[in-house]
Amino acid sequence: MTTEDRRVTVSTPTETQILITREFYAPRHLVYLAYTTPELWRRWWHANRAEIIAVEMDVRAGGRWRYAARALSNGYEFEFHGEYREVVPDERLVSTEIFSGTPHASSLSTATFAEKDGRTYFEMLIEHTSKENRDAQLTSGMEDGLQDALALLEDVARELA
Amino acid sequence: MARAATTTDAFNAVAEPRRREILDALVRGERSVNDLVEQLGVAQPVVSKHLRVLREVGLVRVRDEGRQRIYRLEPGPLREVFDWVKDYERLWTERFELLDAVLDELKQTERQAETE
Repeated sequence: MTTEDRRVTVSTPTETQILITREFYAPRHLVYLAYTTPELWRRWWHANRAEIIAVEMDVRAGGRWRYAARALSNGYEFEFHGEYREVVPDERLVSTEIFSGTPHASSLSTATFAEKDGRTYFEMLIEHTSKENRDAQLTSGMEDGLQDALALLEDVARELA
Repeated sequence: MARAATTTDAFNAVAEPRRREILDALVRGERSVNDLVEQLGVAQPVVSKHLRVLREVGLVRVRDEGRQRIYRLEPGPLREVFDWVKDYERLWTERFELLDAVLDELKQTERQAETE
């Protein structure tokens, strides 16, 4: 057993999707708890890059969620909000997500928590309404030049595969 | 030579749009200088200048074939840039590592509750 088991994978199954997968050495009811409890959630979501200013979660179908944060790098404040569409405790969470900077681009996230031998297999599929919106999320905060570089590197990686 | 420092790593080398075009062309296979001049539609000295920069940072290799100089891509140094650009993946990596710590704590709390 190595930490390699817990490597995150980020892939793009279609032009409008992002798929994130990760394994956790904990039963799924705890992963779900850490995902849906504001006091727990705010301890990890920041990724050492932001300070969480506010978080609200009304975890039920039709309930709203929002959080506000401040980027540590430049002090920039941002906010995300959305609505829960489907809530199956410990199993599945479907919600919409809107970034305050792009209020017309809503995405739909489906998080699934599967458990095997005390471990949780977590998947999050994010569906955007267009490739442009999807790419904007993947490269948020990057300069144009780097976005181009990413496209180039994808070409290189495909050639080498 | 003050400018040299800006082009001594792959990161700066790919920041220039023309150089990315050259790399893009080389992804599809080896090219001579003339091929590149034709493909990019820019003057030969411009292409040569960019090729020199790419060679200095190890992104391209050159070999002579008769009177032609043939360039090919060396993707190794792109790794550094790739790691940086894969920022989105890194965001989730860091986020989930923090979540691991929270989960360890929750597991411990649960165990304590069971033994009490």
